[in-house]
Amino acid sequence: MNQSDFLKSVLPFKDKVFRLAKRLLVSTEEAEDATQELYFKLWKNKEKLKNYNNVEAFAMTMTKNYCFDRLKSKQASNLTLVHSNYKEKDTALETKIEQRDSVSQVHVLIDKLPEQQKLVIQLRDIEQYDFEEIGKMLDLKPTAVRVALSRARKTIREELIKQHNYGII
Amino acid sequence: MELYKIEQLLEKYLSAETSIQEEGTLKSYFLSGNVAPHLQEYESMFSYFAISKAETSEKSIQLNTKKTNWKWLSVAASVAILVSVYIGNGYLKEQEAKAQYAEVMSTLKLLSTNLNKGNQAMANLYAYENTVNKILKTK
Repeated sequence: MNQSDFLKSVLPFKDKVFRLAKRLLVSTEEAEDATQELYFKLWKNKEKLKNYNNVEAFAMTMTKNYCFDRLKSKQASNLTLVHSNYKEKDTALETKIEQRDSVSQVHVLIDKLPEQQKLVIQLRDIEQYDFEEIGKMLDLKPTAVRVALSRARKTIREELIKQHNYGII
Repeated sequence: MELYKIEQLLEKYLSAETSIQEEGTLKSYFLSGNVAPHLQEYESMFSYFAISKAETSEKSIQLNTKKTNWKWLSVAASVAILVSVYIGNGYLKEQEAKAQYAEVMSTLKLLSTNLNKGNQAMANLYAYENTVNKILKTK
């Protein structure tokens, strides 16, 4: 497999890899680095890729595992990613205004979900994979994917309603 | 689409039983900007999902960075060695030249002292010759 064939087969899902990494690692820079690292890993293992009939699902699994490793090593070195210590490219003012907005409130709510529900929401509601594929990526049975997804959706909705009623937004 | 159908789909959506197509229907309803007030929380959710999907990675992938880095490192190392050898060599030559210079200088000094001795002797000889001439003239 030469470089252009390789890129042709893996670049179409680059943004999905990036978005998944960002969902887990929070910061854009970290997610860009993770994407770069993941593609480098895929390139090194390019001979093995032929054995996988779904390279995209394989790449998503690798991304998930890589991000979990990153998070673990960060925790080990006491550098946990919390909301207060990451900066987006937006100006502070913009972020403040956005946070009042209920749409970006959804972002915060997803961030508070357990890891697995976070992944399932990302893969289903944002990337629109089917349950079979998500099951493969996360090494779960499709029914387990449904259960996690249902919980995540209900939680987000309930929290939004709560905030709306309390007039926080 | 009628509101009751949307509500039915939402029931299914919450228990994660909708298909991708049905979710597509919900999405287009909630992004239409014409949403029933009691369903507004879903509008935020579906808008957020759509916005999130639009986000893209801006850095291009580089597959050979690490390899070339090592290559450049070795090139840099060999250049450094060459330069240091060159400089070291120059220094050695300079030292050698200095030693040679010192040696030549000392030889020349020796020569000049000896020459001076010869000159002294010559001066004595002149003095002798003068006296001899004087004596010969007076005779």
